[in-house]
Amino acid sequence: MRDIMGSLLRYGVLTAAILVLIGGVLFFIQHPGEIFDYSTFKGEPPRFRQVHLIVQEALNFRGRDVIQLGLLVLIATPVARVIFSLVGFLLERDWVYVVITFIVLIILFTSLFSTYLI
Amino acid sequence: MVTFIAILFAGALFAGFIGSLTGLGGGVVIVPLLTIGFGVDIRYAIGTSLIGVIATSSGSASAFVKEGILNIRIGMFLEIATTLGAIAGAAIALFAPTHAIAVIFGLVLLYSALMSLKSRSEIQLADSQQGNKSGRLVALLKAKGSYMTANGLKNYTLHNLAGGFLMMILAGILSGLLGIGSGAMKVIAMDSIMKIPFKVSTTTSNFMIGVTAAASAGIYITRGYIDPVLSMPIMLGVLIGSLFGARILIKSQTKKIRFVFAIVVTLLALEMIYNGLAKNI
Repeated sequence: MRDIMGSLLRYGVLTAAILVLIGGVLFFIQHPGEIFDYSTFKGEPPRFRQVHLIVQEALNFRGRDVIQLGLLVLIATPVARVIFSLVGFLLERDWVYVVITFIVLIILFTSLFSTYLI
Repeated sequence: MVTFIAILFAGALFAGFIGSLTGLGGGVVIVPLLTIGFGVDIRYAIGTSLIGVIATSSGSASAFVKEGILNIRIGMFLEIATTLGAIAGAAIALFAPTHAIAVIFGLVLLYSALMSLKSRSEIQLADSQQGNKSGRLVALLKAKGSYMTANGLKNYTLHNLAGGFLMMILAGILSGLLGIGSGAMKVIAMDSIMKIPFKVSTTTSNFMIGVTAAASAGIYITRGYIDPVLSMPIMLGVLIGSLFGARILIKSQTKKIRFVFAIVVTLLALEMIYNGLAKNI
C-alpha cells in the first residue's frame, strides 16, 4: 500500500514535469523572441486560470496551456494521494478516518474549483 | 527571453539544491530570488514558489512513505488544520497589500534562518519530556503509533492536541500567504508541542507539505497568480536541484553550508523587510 502511494507521487510529479517541459518547448517554438514583463502584476487571462479552458487549449497544443496542464497535474498529485488514503481507510473500515480524509478532500476541491462556485 | 528563462532555471537549481541540503526548503529562497533578484511582482513570485514547494515535497515524500515511520492518521487529521489555514492564507494574500506580505515574509524568513542554526539535540530533547494528554479525543483519533529503532520497537502517543492543531492552522496560513512549505513549523508543532518523536515528525511533515501547498495553489492558479512561463523553469529547476541536494545530504560538511546559508538568508530577509517597509515591493 505504502509502496504504491510512493510510486503514485513520483509518477505524478514525473508526468507533470514532462508536460511542463513539452509545454515549454512548444512555447519557445510558438513565441520566438517575445519578451514578457513580470514586474507589474496583471493577473493571468482566463485561459490559464480555468480548468476546462486549460485542458481545451492544451489539447490544441498551445505551449503555455500545456505547461498549465502540467501544473494542474502537479497540484492534483497530493490530492490523488489523499484520495488513495481515503480508499485505504475504507478498506480498513476505519470510519473515523474516512470522515476525516473526506473533509480534507472537500477543502482541497473547494480550493481548486472556487471560481466555479462563486 | 530565453536567457531570462535559463537564468531562472539556474537560480531554481541552486535554490532547490541548497534548500534540500540545509533543510530550509526551496520555498523560502524562490520568493526573494524572484522579487529581489529579478524584480518580479511578489504575487507571481508566491504562486510560482508554491509550485516549487509541491514539486519538491511530492518528489521527495515518495521516499519517506516507504520508511514506515510516517504516521498517516496523525498527518491526515492535522491536514484539516493546515489546508483550512492554507485557504485562509491564500484568501488573505488576494486582498493584503503586497508590501505587508513582503514584511511578513521577511520576518518568517529571519525566524527560519535562526531556527536552522539550532542544533538537532536541542530539538530532540522534547522526546523525553511529558506533556498533558488529551485523553478521549486522542483515543478516538488513534493518535499514536510505533516505529522501529536500533533498540527495538518504540511506542508513542500524542499530547496537546488543541495546541498542535492551532499551530498547524498557523503553519497553513503562512504557507498560503507566503508560498512556503512551512515544514519547520509543522515539525515544531508535532515534535515540541505534541511530543511526537522527531523522526516521525519530520517524515510526517514532509508528507503534509504537498497537500497544504496544493490547497492554496488551487486558489492561486484559478485567480491568475500562477504564470506558466515563470513556473516552467522554477518547477523543473527546484525539482532537479532538490534531488541532487538530497543525495549529498549524507555527508558531514552540511554544518558549514547551513551556517553560510543562514547568513545569506538572514540578509535576504532583512532586504525583504526593508523593501516592504519602503514600499518597493
